[in-house]
Amino acid sequence: MIITIKGGFDKDGAPECVRRVDVSSGEVIGIVGPTGSGKSSLISDLEQFAQGDTPSGRYVLIDGSPPDPELRHDPRRKPVAQLSQNMHFLADMSVCDFIYMHARSRGRDTGLLSRVLEMANTLTGEPIHGDDNLTELSGGQSRALMVADIAVISDSPIVLIDEIENAGIRKKEALRLLSGEGKIVLVVTHDPLLALMTGRRIVMRNGGMVKVISTTEEERRFCDSLFRVDTWLLSLRELIRRGEVLSATEAAI
Amino acid sequence: MKLVIVAGTPGSGKTSVLMHAIKNLQEMGMRPAVVKVDCLWTEDDSRIKRLGVPVRVGLARDMCPDHYSIYNTDEMLSWASSQGADVLLNETAGLCLRCAPYPDRALAVCVIDVTSGPNTPLKIGPLLTTADVVVATKGDLVSQAEREVFRERVVEVNPGCRIVEANGLTGKGSRELADLIKGSGEVEGEMHLRHNPPLAVCTLCTGEIRVSKRHHRGVLRHLDGFAEYLGE
Repeated sequence: MIITIKGGFDKDGAPECVRRVDVSSGEVIGIVGPTGSGKSSLISDLEQFAQGDTPSGRYVLIDGSPPDPELRHDPRRKPVAQLSQNMHFLADMSVCDFIYMHARSRGRDTGLLSRVLEMANTLTGEPIHGDDNLTELSGGQSRALMVADIAVISDSPIVLIDEIENAGIRKKEALRLLSGEGKIVLVVTHDPLLALMTGRRIVMRNGGMVKVISTTEEERRFCDSLFRVDTWLLSLRELIRRGEVLSATEAAI
Repeated sequence: MKLVIVAGTPGSGKTSVLMHAIKNLQEMGMRPAVVKVDCLWTEDDSRIKRLGVPVRVGLARDMCPDHYSIYNTDEMLSWASSQGADVLLNETAGLCLRCAPYPDRALAVCVIDVTSGPNTPLKIGPLLTTADVVVATKGDLVSQAEREVFRERVVEVNPGCRIVEANGLTGKGSRELADLIKGSGEVEGEMHLRHNPPLAVCTLCTGEIRVSKRHHRGVLRHLDGFAEYLGE
């Protein structure tokens, strides 16, 4: 599968510099840019397969043609899974009931609940139970459940991720679970580690795509050291969270 | 003349969605006119006027706003006609969930806020179940899974409706709504409501303010569900 984004207009109505981006199965591509630069709108255009009918005027094609309009509306056929920035659930129902209904809306086996819970619990330290109420879950639990729900119930060839780094969950592990095998993954990120894990990144400014950068060899080379720094920061965060005092030993990389 | 009734729960974003759709309709070469019905006060008309379309406000005051809207439909249509419009957009006050102010030949649009939770579609009744188009707003505030569960619930109570995911801030979904409006039929001749209004004239409507049961007449329902007729 190839997804094509055809450029539209930025916030001033000027044509976007990038006129076309093709993304093929198996590729993870980043979307970067300052707040308000249009990253979430680009994700939204992809989620709804914009056909020149969104504020950006972009077109999104599947294998070179506009998708069947039904794909845009029917979750049973929608080839897109999206992890948005939302940190909480608003639905007043139990985890069980919610996953059951979501599986039904996607036409999936309603017996997938235990897999969703199992996976969610690998991403968060605070266990989630089936009879917990969704609205009472912490931010970290909610995000873990959203990620697991997307990986299992919304399992789709196209995955859109709108910032995973602020989620309070294991981000690299989450990205791995969401990406699966041979999927098209677009991830909005400000995180250097996640950005360098992608092959290319689209740069957004003033509502428009301004350029596409391919991750350079030089960048790839410090991916490993970035990963070490990241793991170190996470371990310090865990110590702070547990109420401990940091010593010089922990403070050394 | 086309007639579009835009109803929906309070604060669901009816006016914002409508304003984006008006811009789309204008781009398509249509000439919309708007009647905004409210109960006591509104300033939506000044927001809509900025789009350069004829706008009229109807305040129902002490009359039921849906009854007011239905009662004045002919007058609104002839006003829209006198303004050179080819589509009348009637935004209702959006209060009562028991009435559905939709005439059979109009395009019935129900605007509903996704953040109100997936049980809301079960609570709303004919306002939602007899609509042609259900516009689900504020979907950006919840996860995709929650949008899909909400959608499933809407489909459960209104299997034939067309669901439009919209955002009153960005204008998402407004073009789709405008396309549906453009494709809707003309209204002429006698129209009927799609759903009967609530049971009977209520004593409160005629000015009774005493709370106790013995002061009330009509078809009345007790807390245990028993309904009876009390009166002459």
